Amino acid sequence: MENPYLPYPVRIEDIEIATEDKSLKTFTFVFLNKEDEKKFSYKAGQFAELSIPGQGEIPIGIASSPTEKGFVKFTVFKTGVVTTFLHNMKVGDIMGIRGPLGNWYPWESLENKNILIVGGGFAFTTLRSSIIYMLDPENRSGFKDIHVVYGARSPGMLLYRDELVQWEKRDDINMHITVDSTDDPDWKYHTGFVPQISEEVAPKATEDTYAIVCGPPIMIKFTQPVLEKLGYKENQIIMSLENRMKCGIGMCGRCNIGKELVCKDGPVFTLDRLNRTPKEY
Amino acid sequence: MNLVKIDKNGFKQGIDRARKEYRLFGPAKGKEGHTIRHLDTDEYPDMTYNDSVLSAKSVLFPQTEKMLYTTFDESEPDHHIMKRAQADYSPQAVVGIKPFDAKALEILHLNFDNGDYRDPYFCDALEATTLVGIAVNSPGSCDFSTSTGTGPFDESALDILLVDTGDQYYAKIITDKGQSFAETCGFEEAADEKAATDEINALKEKAENAVTSEIQYENIAEKSIVELYNAPLWDDIAFSCINCGTCTFVCPTCWCFDIQDESKGNSCTRMRNWDTCMSPLFTLHASGHNPRGEKTSRVRQRFMHKLKYFLDKYDQGIMCVGCGRCVKQCPVNIDIREVCNKLNAYEEKA
Repeated sequence: MENPYLPYPVRIEDIEIATEDKSLKTFTFVFLNKEDEKKFSYKAGQFAELSIPGQGEIPIGIASSPTEKGFVKFTVFKTGVVTTFLHNMKVGDIMGIRGPLGNWYPWESLENKNILIVGGGFAFTTLRSSIIYMLDPENRSGFKDIHVVYGARSPGMLLYRDELVQWEKRDDINMHITVDSTDDPDWKYHTGFVPQISEEVAPKATEDTYAIVCGPPIMIKFTQPVLEKLGYKENQIIMSLENRMKCGIGMCGRCNIGKELVCKDGPVFTLDRLNRTPKEY
Repeated sequence: MNLVKIDKNGFKQGIDRARKEYRLFGPAKGKEGHTIRHLDTDEYPDMTYNDSVLSAKSVLFPQTEKMLYTTFDESEPDHHIMKRAQADYSPQAVVGIKPFDAKALEILHLNFDNGDYRDPYFCDALEATTLVGIAVNSPGSCDFSTSTGTGPFDESALDILLVDTGDQYYAKIITDKGQSFAETCGFEEAADEKAATDEINALKEKAENAVTSEIQYENIAEKSIVELYNAPLWDDIAFSCINCGTCTFVCPTCWCFDIQDESKGNSCTRMRNWDTCMSPLFTLHASGHNPRGEKTSRVRQRFMHKLKYFLDKYDQGIMCVGCGRCVKQCPVNIDIREVCNKLNAYEEKA
């Protein structure tokens, strides 16, 4: 059996500055061994450990979609030892990826449902993966209406801006882009916080509607009552958590919330399940 | 099952024979009391020990262990590509492990082979290991192993159980691994089954009766996690705790670990080290946020993990074998027996 601590060797293929303050960069990796790409078969919502020898490992959501072949992408916020080192690495450098890890958004039960995606700030990475996955011609007919509310502090802090603009133009996805504030007179999208915009534009819940919510704690706190008001039940609200991790495979013991391990039983939980566990996240 | 008798001189000779085929570990006296460690070629396991400061956990799950290595030297073809560190997984035996410490290794095994992933370091070491236990004739005052589903004579996690009758040992050969070890040692003189069984049972009864403290956890399963988590007990329990982490290090069932990279020049090693949920760093996010930033939440985590989360997750009792080490070595006298009994008796006020 394989050693679950052994990362697949990868090469940095591309580095893109993702936000205007340069605090986030999107890294594209290719596997040194072609067969590793097959082994790294993932679903939207999963994460991986980016593994830099001599520095350590960081658990990061996979931003590319399973429908995108030949590479994997991660958007990383510069905040600690490993992420800072990664931000200084160059195209061509060799490092490792361990995964895919954790569970995914419950695509099996989301089939033929309306999907509302609510995202804020940096937490849009696995949501990008999900959107690309759902919009794939092979998959789009498997979902009904798709709404996306996505906000950031300012226009320059929105991730994947080129893609947002493209999605905005399509008629098979309803984009509701917002910023907290802007002095750009040409800004043609919403202005206001994500919970407030959600209240204005998000569809009311039917039995066939599920919300996927990902964002900073303050956004989640104020979005929850809005979704309740719109009729979403606890099992229709799907969230992705993060906690400090090391092993990523359910053994090292630090990321638990009650008896659930965020790395292995999560990171995706329904609100219903979270309400039955201590809120240690 | 096979019952053999071993006289005490023959035991030493047997150990010498075993050395040729097994790497031997066992109780050895050090400055701070006994530990279970690798025995040099002229050392014999000290079978008379009462307590060891640490359990045999470190034989299979070392306090610090090399996992992976690589090189930064870009002239090497596989620079920056991690490989598994070499370790010796040839046959080894722990001679003189306490029955409940062996039970604790079963608990660790549940964690390190979780159905989806197998930790090769722990599991390979476990597979290479033969556990030769020594029955505890005189349990210490902090021993409460009989109420945790094991006990001073529990043979369920052992390959061989030795029982010291004063002038000789009886050896119960429990598994094939045990049989191979006994053959290697030349422990083959059949005991009179009836007489030996009677004598062992008498010693067992005496030992079990000597375990005077106990815990109750039969009501914990039916209470909800959130109910116990929110019980107004935790501030009192945690009040005197200084978060030193001693309880987690001496615990034979605590499995939490940290992973750290070490590099020197061009060589890089990924290590794992025992970690402790008593440390705020254990859960500190890079953002500065800490879901268990308060002392009380960390103390609660330790006891909830052992007494509730583990119980609910595996349905195999609690994550405690009643060895009493944490009770004995806690500098502020926090006692898991009291905590467990409090949780067991807790009723949420309507």
